Amino acid sequence: MSAVVGSGSTTTPAGRMRALVRAESTLFLRNKGTLVAALFVPLVLPFSVRSAMSDTDLKEAGLNIGTLILPASVGFSLLFAVYAALVGVFVARREELVLKRLRTGELRDIEILTGSALPAAVTCLVQSLLLAVGCAVLLDLDVPPAPQLAVIGLLLGVVMCVALAALTASFSRTTESAQVTSLPLMLVSFLGSGITVPLEVLPDRLATFCELLPLTPVITLVRGAWTGDLSGYEALGAVLTGLAWTALSVFAVRRWFRWEPRR
Amino acid sequence: METNEHEHVIEVTDLRRVYGGGFEAVRGVSFSVGRGEIFALLGTNGAGKTSTVELLEGLAPPAGGRVRVLGHDPYTERAVVRPRTGVMLQEGGFPSELTVGETARMWAGCTSGARPEAEALALVGLERRTDVRVKQLSGGERRRLDLALALLGNPEVLFLDEPTTGLDAEGRRATWELVRELRDGGTTVLLTTHYLEEAEDLADRLAILHEGRIAAAGTPAEVTASQPSRISFELPSGYFVGDLPAFGPLGVSGYEEEGRVVRLRTHELQRAATRLLVWAEEAGVTLRGLDVRSASLEEAFLRIARQASGKDASEAGSSSVVAEERVA
Repeated sequence: MSAVVGSGSTTTPAGRMRALVRAESTLFLRNKGTLVAALFVPLVLPFSVRSAMSDTDLKEAGLNIGTLILPASVGFSLLFAVYAALVGVFVARREELVLKRLRTGELRDIEILTGSALPAAVTCLVQSLLLAVGCAVLLDLDVPPAPQLAVIGLLLGVVMCVALAALTASFSRTTESAQVTSLPLMLVSFLGSGITVPLEVLPDRLATFCELLPLTPVITLVRGAWTGDLSGYEALGAVLTGLAWTALSVFAVRRWFRWEPRR
Repeated sequence: METNEHEHVIEVTDLRRVYGGGFEAVRGVSFSVGRGEIFALLGTNGAGKTSTVELLEGLAPPAGGRVRVLGHDPYTERAVVRPRTGVMLQEGGFPSELTVGETARMWAGCTSGARPEAEALALVGLERRTDVRVKQLSGGERRRLDLALALLGNPEVLFLDEPTTGLDAEGRRATWELVRELRDGGTTVLLTTHYLEEAEDLADRLAILHEGRIAAAGTPAEVTASQPSRISFELPSGYFVGDLPAFGPLGVSGYEEEGRVVRLRTHELQRAATRLLVWAEEAGVTLRGLDVRSASLEEAFLRIARQASGKDASEAGSSSVVAEERVA
């Protein structure tokens, strides 16, 4: 055994993140359960939405099959590929003391969280792109009149879901209990954020309340990008609601995130 | 080894740590470690070793007191301190589904001045295990992987929390040798252990922690010397402690009695033993189970642990006689 002096250089945030993302991507591909849920559920589930809505309902709401299914798919992608997957990832890394060990090194806290989340976030973005193309080809969805709304909505959604996942992980002791603790947000979002049931077909007062749920502005913006019937005022409202939720969840993570298992 | 007063790599002053439930794990600990020194924190489980080391590693802010590592606060000045320290936690810390090689590559990418991964793994004898998943490693191999990654960046300061727990005798020796080599190369090492042999063999200086406080500190020789030697034997039948020669002239500073067994403490072992044996010879009695033992680190350690349990025992109304004198 001999201790020879090495010659590596000083790390940069980008270099550290690259190393962490590479390891996390390997882990992401090796976790078959998460992988199946993240990759296939968002592609399959939207068809259950289709069967739940009649054509007349759709027409009355000013929607077609494309503007129904695409936002639903993006919502499922955010909830399964990002939110649910990352609750599991954060809990697993914490319980295996990986987060604690990483914090003894040069990575900053924000780099650890971002790096761990990146494979899931990229999966969601790629999935959304593929879904948009798929819907355009298979469901005759037109070119979106306001694509910037979709981009803003999706980015807000990803950041928000990462932060909410980190927060949910803080209240989950094991990866098993993480499957339970992630249910409330998922159910509320399915039903109330316009994923399985478009807000357009809900009673007005209920719809007004549902607009305040975390994922609603994301779905509204994505749908609005294709329907083109979102007024500037409505779009701004959605962006502000989304920003508020994102800021709130990021703040909550800074305040309550658990880096180590409870003793 | 002499400590250079101007080069305290680690400085800890009146350190306190309180956990969420109000439990005070560290209650006013002070010490300093000079460059190129191996400093060991000894203690029973729950003595506060890990709680102390975590504050030095900058994983948590102290509830009170001050920590300086290389002149900086390891918690608030994380970015300055981290590239110069290497840390081995007490357990775990690596995703079980990554291989040894993937884990090392990840750490190398996050470590300034990292040596090649293969070299770090070879240092701890893991070079043939590169493609094995972490979950398939034995406990000892995991400790060695952890050590390899702590050494990856040639740190100036190394924190090792129970580095040899779970290692076999050979692995333990190899780790000691490696730590000594690092020290000789100028690395400052702070380690915790509950193996007394490890502290005695390896440490230039050590502190024994007990219930969150330092109960004894110094070089292994100093800590040992501050402890009394011990003579124990069974009282001959018909004899009582009062029948023994007077303790003053004997050089005995205290004693404990447990059934028929008497334990004498002395700082003048030769004189006490000689006079006791002469007395026995003249009285024509046999001292069964005679055990004459000079002070050792183990004695010091057990005595510190016993002081607490003895205190508990007397509170519980035990009949054991304890005549204590405080050892500075």
